[in-house]
Amino acid sequence: MSLWLTLTVNSVALGGLLFLLSSGFSLIFGLMRIPNLMHGSFFMLGAYLGVTLLARGANFWVAALASAAAMALIGGLIERFLLRRLEGQVLPQVLLTLGFAFIIADICLMLWTGDPWQPATPDHLRGAVQLAGLYFPLYRLVIVLVAVIIAVALWLLVDWTRLGAMIRAGVDDAPIARVVGIRVSQLFTLVFALGAALAAFGGVMGAPYLSVYPGLDFEMLPLALIVVILGGVGSLLGALVGSFLIGFLYNFGTALLPDLAYVILFLPMVLILVLRPQGLFGKVTT
Amino acid sequence: MTTNPVKRRTVLKGMLATGVSAVALPLPAIAQAAPFKIGLLTVKTGPLAQGGIQMEQGIVTFLKEKSYTLAGRKVELLVADTGGNPAGARTKAQEVIERDKVNVILGPLAAFELLAITDYVRDNATPLISLAAAEDVTQRRANPFVIRPSATSAQCCHVMGDYAAKELNYKRAATISEDFAFGYEQMAGFQRAFEDNGGKVVKKLWPPLVTPDYTPFIAQIGNVDCVFNGFAGSNPVKFMRSYADLGLKAKTPLLAGWTAMDDALLRSLGDEAVGVISAAYYSADFGSDSNKRFVAAMQKDYNVLPGGYSAGMYVAGQCVEAAIQALGDKADDRKALADALHKVSLSDTPRGPVKFDQYGNVVGDVFIRRCERKGGALVNTVIKTYPGVSQFWTYNEKEFLANPVYARDYPPAKNLEN
Repeated sequence: MSLWLTLTVNSVALGGLLFLLSSGFSLIFGLMRIPNLMHGSFFMLGAYLGVTLLARGANFWVAALASAAAMALIGGLIERFLLRRLEGQVLPQVLLTLGFAFIIADICLMLWTGDPWQPATPDHLRGAVQLAGLYFPLYRLVIVLVAVIIAVALWLLVDWTRLGAMIRAGVDDAPIARVVGIRVSQLFTLVFALGAALAAFGGVMGAPYLSVYPGLDFEMLPLALIVVILGGVGSLLGALVGSFLIGFLYNFGTALLPDLAYVILFLPMVLILVLRPQGLFGKVTT
Repeated sequence: MTTNPVKRRTVLKGMLATGVSAVALPLPAIAQAAPFKIGLLTVKTGPLAQGGIQMEQGIVTFLKEKSYTLAGRKVELLVADTGGNPAGARTKAQEVIERDKVNVILGPLAAFELLAITDYVRDNATPLISLAAAEDVTQRRANPFVIRPSATSAQCCHVMGDYAAKELNYKRAATISEDFAFGYEQMAGFQRAFEDNGGKVVKKLWPPLVTPDYTPFIAQIGNVDCVFNGFAGSNPVKFMRSYADLGLKAKTPLLAGWTAMDDALLRSLGDEAVGVISAAYYSADFGSDSNKRFVAAMQKDYNVLPGGYSAGMYVAGQCVEAAIQALGDKADDRKALADALHKVSLSDTPRGPVKFDQYGNVVGDVFIRRCERKGGALVNTVIKTYPGVSQFWTYNEKEFLANPVYARDYPPAKNLEN
């Protein structure tokens, strides 16, 4: 009984973290039509920046926001000055993001060495919640709360603002959006920066329980890919549902059939690709 | 097809070498002054870089202490980055042997890297001193050119199993480790010694090497007296935090293998590590003269507390020195060097006295340590020393080798519960 409860609560917590990681990935994928292979690197670099600030005594939330701002700047610059030059050439763009993923990994290794970094859980978020006689860390529930807040904020942004309408138009049909006067390339920069910021924020939020170490980037990237393929490219609702779905699949799958942990994680992605390539909530693309 | 260019290159090199020796012939003094070359195969990039960088720090610290002169002979260190994969290890081994003509290779780091080059170093008669733990390299597939001054996977875990059953009086244990050979061999060693002394391993959990969150595994641990973990790399940091977060630390004591509580890892850990008991072949806390020098030098040069990887390489350097000393001007004979390395016996190393069995594996002390907070920093305080531990523990060597190598299901776990 307690096993199931722990797994359920933990599934939700992991889902929250995955949403922070994959919402930006989904927006970038949807708008620019490229899987950003340095998304895991944004997550890792953001986490490293965050733990460095924490080690200097910064407040946890300040560190997370500052790291997100820094990554927004870096992401924006990469899009504006590098990806932009390859506009319309999907394969070179994807390869560029892959190349950057390796470069970022090596820079992180140089700057932060190979030692894992794990910041202490912030004081006011430490402690545990007792659920039916069961011990559950408060911090993971905070992650869920933060994920929900960000999901709502993104939903408001995308569905209720002029900017959001432009992004949706770009996702649906970039050439037509251009024709009606939307400056799609500016949107690209903006969304890329936003995606990088969300990943970095997720990285800092995840650091107290995932820790930060070389290789974290390429552990997180496939998770973002699975979530987005499951949920549907460019769909925030899809990213949200996909995140929690993977959270549950991962937790229950590894507990019930530990030998098939990876199969359980990747099989749904394969099935979706075969049966419903646009994902659960994606629109049919022409 | 692909062998042709290699052959041509070898021939070319041969010609070059002949040219050099022809010049050197009238001046034997110069030939004698040629430096003794140590090739270090390590990992400086990718996820395994942490241990690889420590290895390099360890051997550099040793050579600096000796002013790059071992037993009167100038020494040159050549460092190659394998990238942490078997193909890279093979390429770099070929490079240091065929191009650089090294006298001895130190490394590589990972077991699968070592397995990829053991046959190659034997065929090319180049002695190799590795820290990688794969049991069979010094057991059923022992190789006359390979020695291991660190430990086999299970060497410290036998001790942990014995200590947990006899001294801590634990009856029921769960084990958890990565789902790969190093994990299997460690857990098997613990299980065997623990169960031979009356304990029962009732649960064995195998998270994949890449596991974003250990909670689903920790949640399955159930009612046991202790949990033995054998994580490596950055995984122990993640695992121990989750273990404490889920409230198990207060309920069920945690035991650890050497990689899971390595001294070099302590600065990445927090309160979750306090109280963890581990078995290791090295402890920065150990009081030998060479260890005090070593720890002081590592802290001065790199501002780190050394762990098993750096200490292992320091000891490897001491072994090379002792072998050169024993051979004198015959140290360039690779086969003689390999034999001399097997016969090395050192009384003062950072890990205590060191000698080797006939299979090239170290016989040395194993420390039981408890992690404590002293003056703000974490330290692994030695609480018991098991002297002169062999890779066969107290078991009969012949019977040990007649059995299959330790694996996921060997020895069989008869006491598992669901």
